[in-house]
Amino acid sequence: MAESEEPPKAKHRLLIRAGILIITHSLLVSVICCTAGVLALLLLPILAKNTYISENALLPGSARSMLSAHEFSDANKFVKEISSSNVEAASTGIETPRLIAQHIADLGGEVSYHKFHPQLNKFHPLYFFSSPDPGIVQVNYSCSSYGINTVGIIRAPRGDGKEAIVLVTPYNSLNITPGEALSLGLAYSVFSLLTCVSWLAKDVIWLAADSRHGEYAPVAAWLRDYHAPTFGGSGKPNAEICGEISALYESNANQFIGSEIADHFRRAGTIAAGLVIKVADRSVDVTRDTLSIYAEASNGQMPNLDLINTVNYLAVHGQGLLVKVEKFWSLLDSKWLKVFGEIFESVGKMAKSLNPQWVFGISAMEYIEGTATLASSLYNQLMQSLWKYHPSVIGTIRQSKLRLVEGVIRSINNLLEKFHQSFFLYLLTSSNKFVSVGVYMIAFALLVAPLPVVAASLYSDANKRSPTSVKHKLSSSPTSVDEAHITFRSWRWLSAAKTVFIVQLWGAVVTLLPYFICQLPNCTPTTSLLVWVSLSVFGLVVLHLVLGSPSAFVSASQPQEKEWALLKSVTVSAAFIGLCLMSVINFATAEIGALLIVPMCLMALPLRLNTSAHTFRAVARAAFNVVFILVGCPVVSTTSVLVSSGFGLNPSGYGTVPRTSLSVWFTFLAGFYVSTFCYILVDSPH
Amino acid sequence: MPTSTRSEMVRLKLVLVLFILCFASTSTGKEKERIEEQFTEELLLRPLPDRKVLAHFHFDTRAPPTASYGRHHRIFPKAIYQLVHKFQVREMELSFTQGRWNYERWGGYDPIASSNVKPPGVELWAVFDVPQDQVDASWKNLTHTLSGLFCASVNYLESSTAYSAPDWSFREFSGNLRYGTLPREAICTENLTPWLKLLPCRDKAGLSGLMNRSSIYRGFYHSQRLHLTSGEFNSEAVNYGIMLEQTLTVVLEPNTLESGVTRSSGLALQPSWSLSSLFGRELGERCVLAKSSNVYVQLEGSLVSVLKNKWEETSAYEADTLSYEEGSLSNPSFELSVSPNRIIKEVNSLHPEGSSILYHYMMENYSDSKPFELEFKWKSPLVWSCPQAPLHASRFLMGSGNERGAIAISLQATKRSDDFLVADIDEKGCRLRVDVFQVVPWYVKVYYHTLKLFVDEKPQSQADIIEKMRVSPSEDKVSPGVMELILRLPCGVKSAAITLEFDKGFLHIDEYPPDANQGFDIPSAVVSFPDFQATTHFLEDNSSNESPLVSKMKERSSVLSYTEVLLVPLTTPDFSMPYNVITITCTVFALYFGSLLNALRKRVAEEERRLKSKAANKSGRVPLLLSKLLAKVRGRPWEPPQAASTSSSQISYKLIFKVILVAGIAAGWQYYHE
Repeated sequence: MAESEEPPKAKHRLLIRAGILIITHSLLVSVICCTAGVLALLLLPILAKNTYISENALLPGSARSMLSAHEFSDANKFVKEISSSNVEAASTGIETPRLIAQHIADLGGEVSYHKFHPQLNKFHPLYFFSSPDPGIVQVNYSCSSYGINTVGIIRAPRGDGKEAIVLVTPYNSLNITPGEALSLGLAYSVFSLLTCVSWLAKDVIWLAADSRHGEYAPVAAWLRDYHAPTFGGSGKPNAEICGEISALYESNANQFIGSEIADHFRRAGTIAAGLVIKVADRSVDVTRDTLSIYAEASNGQMPNLDLINTVNYLAVHGQGLLVKVEKFWSLLDSKWLKVFGEIFESVGKMAKSLNPQWVFGISAMEYIEGTATLASSLYNQLMQSLWKYHPSVIGTIRQSKLRLVEGVIRSINNLLEKFHQSFFLYLLTSSNKFVSVGVYMIAFALLVAPLPVVAASLYSDANKRSPTSVKHKLSSSPTSVDEAHITFRSWRWLSAAKTVFIVQLWGAVVTLLPYFICQLPNCTPTTSLLVWVSLSVFGLVVLHLVLGSPSAFVSASQPQEKEWALLKSVTVSAAFIGLCLMSVINFATAEIGALLIVPMCLMALPLRLNTSAHTFRAVARAAFNVVFILVGCPVVSTTSVLVSSGFGLNPSGYGTVPRTSLSVWFTFLAGFYVSTFCYILVDSPH
Repeated sequence: MPTSTRSEMVRLKLVLVLFILCFASTSTGKEKERIEEQFTEELLLRPLPDRKVLAHFHFDTRAPPTASYGRHHRIFPKAIYQLVHKFQVREMELSFTQGRWNYERWGGYDPIASSNVKPPGVELWAVFDVPQDQVDASWKNLTHTLSGLFCASVNYLESSTAYSAPDWSFREFSGNLRYGTLPREAICTENLTPWLKLLPCRDKAGLSGLMNRSSIYRGFYHSQRLHLTSGEFNSEAVNYGIMLEQTLTVVLEPNTLESGVTRSSGLALQPSWSLSSLFGRELGERCVLAKSSNVYVQLEGSLVSVLKNKWEETSAYEADTLSYEEGSLSNPSFELSVSPNRIIKEVNSLHPEGSSILYHYMMENYSDSKPFELEFKWKSPLVWSCPQAPLHASRFLMGSGNERGAIAISLQATKRSDDFLVADIDEKGCRLRVDVFQVVPWYVKVYYHTLKLFVDEKPQSQADIIEKMRVSPSEDKVSPGVMELILRLPCGVKSAAITLEFDKGFLHIDEYPPDANQGFDIPSAVVSFPDFQATTHFLEDNSSNESPLVSKMKERSSVLSYTEVLLVPLTTPDFSMPYNVITITCTVFALYFGSLLNALRKRVAEEERRLKSKAANKSGRVPLLLSKLLAKVRGRPWEPPQAASTSSSQISYKLIFKVILVAGIAAGWQYYHE
């Protein structure tokens, strides 16, 4: 940085000189930075560190298990009962909840049913053009559309009931699979153990979620009622209408000891942690018990790393299970990843031969697995899938799994404080390796670093070239420099900013339109598409008229190449600000967005400029531009649509974090930039 | 004549209590002055519907007024006497509780549930007989005294942010009442030992000998309570100067070996229990200082009616099956190994279920050699449920995030409440009165104007439901927010809810407790139903000589229940933050002052001149470098032809060259050294 090729007459300070240097070499800098950014992203699996349990309070889970053969046999009996009851009366789907409730009550837990209907008033952008009914509103709920969650609560004998641990087992009450029955049995045995232990400090909630409407809907509905109940609610399903649901309460109520099954919503304290347990039906690996951890939280935030570490530690060291983290299997046999892995491996070997203490190389196989996991981690953050975390068990209930769940609950139960606040920002590369925020942000920072540089260089170019030409004219004339002219020049970027603003506003309107069009009754996909297109065009015209033509303020004296440079500079800085803000909220979205948007930002050039110069290079560049934008637009728009569809499909989050309109924002962003670049490309000032 | 009676009483206490009372009623005022201190110990055992057993110890110590008796006491604890006199306490209650009372299963309508059930942690309230302006000072001193006396951090209630002055919702009369709770106080034996020290026999003899620490702390609920009333400062003097009532309420689960077997086979048999299996100790000799020493076994009204129904079914019900036969009480449903001295039945029961029964055992006949070993054996499985308060109150937090939230108090009608709702209140539209008293710490900033009321899931206007309301908003770091409400709910109400929104405040960094990351507690709210009296009238042969426990049950007290303690997660700073702040502030300051000094120091004209001169004799870079190197080699100080700032390029070239050279040498050396 210190080297300077400036002539000595520019007596700038060192920093400023360095800045000027970078700006003058913006092309080189941006190429280097982008390459480094992509390279850093590929290096992430190598830079991953081993996980550790930061909280000593989480260790009691490794204490000797209290589960006995008694719970084990009880659970097996329970599974048999559930399977048989389901075979007998499969139609109504109230047999299983009743059976579970009765068992919980027999154990001495408090039981309640939670009736819900799935909230279908979510907008799916993907279905907008495909299906006639995007499922906006469903007012008439029939009895069969209700789901019934069974909630069992153990009150900690000596606890004060301020905190609770949630155990979720989803099952389909209409057609229960063996895996689901096993997961219910697993939860039941843990629950029956917890009713008689003395170490419980937090209440335990067992939510047997009725997943006939999908796995997320029941849990989301329960959480919604837990955290934000509606008192004056008309949306609450009333049991009186549906005979079979009300039959639940009349059934064998007098048999239960002490308390009967309540129809009001039972609560425990603040939810400290939640575990979703699912037993996999398929037997992927029969030789060894495996445990898969699905660690993706809502809003792209990961679950606390300590929770995953506890599970991993107890599973590997305590029970000797094989722990897996979700990964992209398709990436595992990709050739280019293998090449990269081998390169990194050889580099690592060489470094090790130089100094035995430099151990940073990992084997190619590990690298590929790490990358696949990282990619799926990023992808899931991007899709903002629900907080789901499944230790999934294969085969029959084995004692090791029960002990694992017991141990995890015991660990969480012992934690006096909440999980550490900074253990959310990480990416997993394997079940015991993670990349922390300080490392993965470097890749992103390198990737977006060229944007301000390019913006500054474009702006200074646009400002510099015209003044020199003007100065030549003015220096000949004896009159003083026109003050007003200078002020006008320095504020010239305003018109460019206005153009960008108009185009982005239009982009926002266009992105929002499908939602409102969906509200129209009786829409076929073709008509809605037509309406959308016509409204979009209309919106553009209106904006053009209301806010004035974007190019109206361009004075004829100013050459057009300066004008487009200013426009591009403003667009690029807006993209930079947008990406930086996004990275704070959702890293994966920002990273993938940057991978798509940054090259577009750097390469976009008006077609007219290219075509006017008839060199081969210009033509090639123009062709490349067109191809890139044409390819890039669909990619970005598809991504944005996918993201928002992910938003639409998954209702509110598991945790206490309220779902923001995050993905909508991203869609907007993507929409803006796509439209802006299209504008730059095709519609650039005459 | 009176002196001879007294001497007789000492010998034949039991028999002549009656006589004494006859005399007391007819005697002159002079007789009254000679009332002795007295101490009674009692234990109430009650089987609960969910296989547990409630054990309620009740110790009652009374001291006559100082004016007539003097300052010296034989039985009454001196510490309490001094405390009452020093702080002029008219009434005080201190309770230490672990665990939660399960209102649904263990009942909420009987005297024990409504007057002995306390919120988790420490609760202290006191009424002082001092002028209004000295109440706070007395309270502060009292908390410190109690803190020392009971080895607890009661002194944290001294701060004005920790206590409040309820006006009318907590107790009927008010005035100089102060109320404070510490929900997070952990209860252990160190709190029990000083409490036992107040008893004349401690736990060496008598009923308190049953208090095996490991068994009473293993229970599901543990509440130790100390209540004192003094008539010392009142003009309208009561019979006794100071009444000290010490109770310990525990809910224990009998150890059963066969519970696992019977669990899943339909209705399970309730576990049988005995005193020694419950407590792990035997009940030996009574405390000889006690005027009376009694053990009661109570069967609740609903249980009695279930029993009766069962016997009617099996046509084995006689008029008085609950009586006893040769040494032990036995009937088709249960068996008591020792036959009671008396059976007391409840009269005028308000409960529709039936009237409860007390089996009374007197401890006078037992000694260490002949311990009292009571065994309660169930013979047939039974299901019953305890009487419930008219509405079940629960409280929870709504919302998420660190910024705001809402407190909701929900009242759910209990199953059995419908009957006496109609029975009790019948005139002018039938309204059910509910009093709510809630204290919220100042860092939870409740907006009382956001109070919303819902009755049967429909929003209601405040004027329709709220009869009276008193709110004193919290003041930051000074006082907590207090809300007192009287609600009039329609009688057939199924559910009602109150919601209040709040903002979460920020604390100063030194105000955070050590475990700030766990969250902050909102103490329990008190929900009471003044229309309902938790009273049990027992028919006694001589009403004037009843035991304090039984008379306590007769006292009129409104049904009261405590809600849950809430945990509010507040924003907590990263406590390593001060270091970061210092670092970043120093950096900013260094940058600012550095550039400022630089700008002030620099002379622009001088620099321009230098630049010009440098431009004039600017030569090629390589020769310059060479000359420099040459100078270095010669060892002579080389005079740079220009200012340091402009020669940076050369210097940096040199620097880079050096660095590369050193790095190369190091790498090579490392490589070949292996």
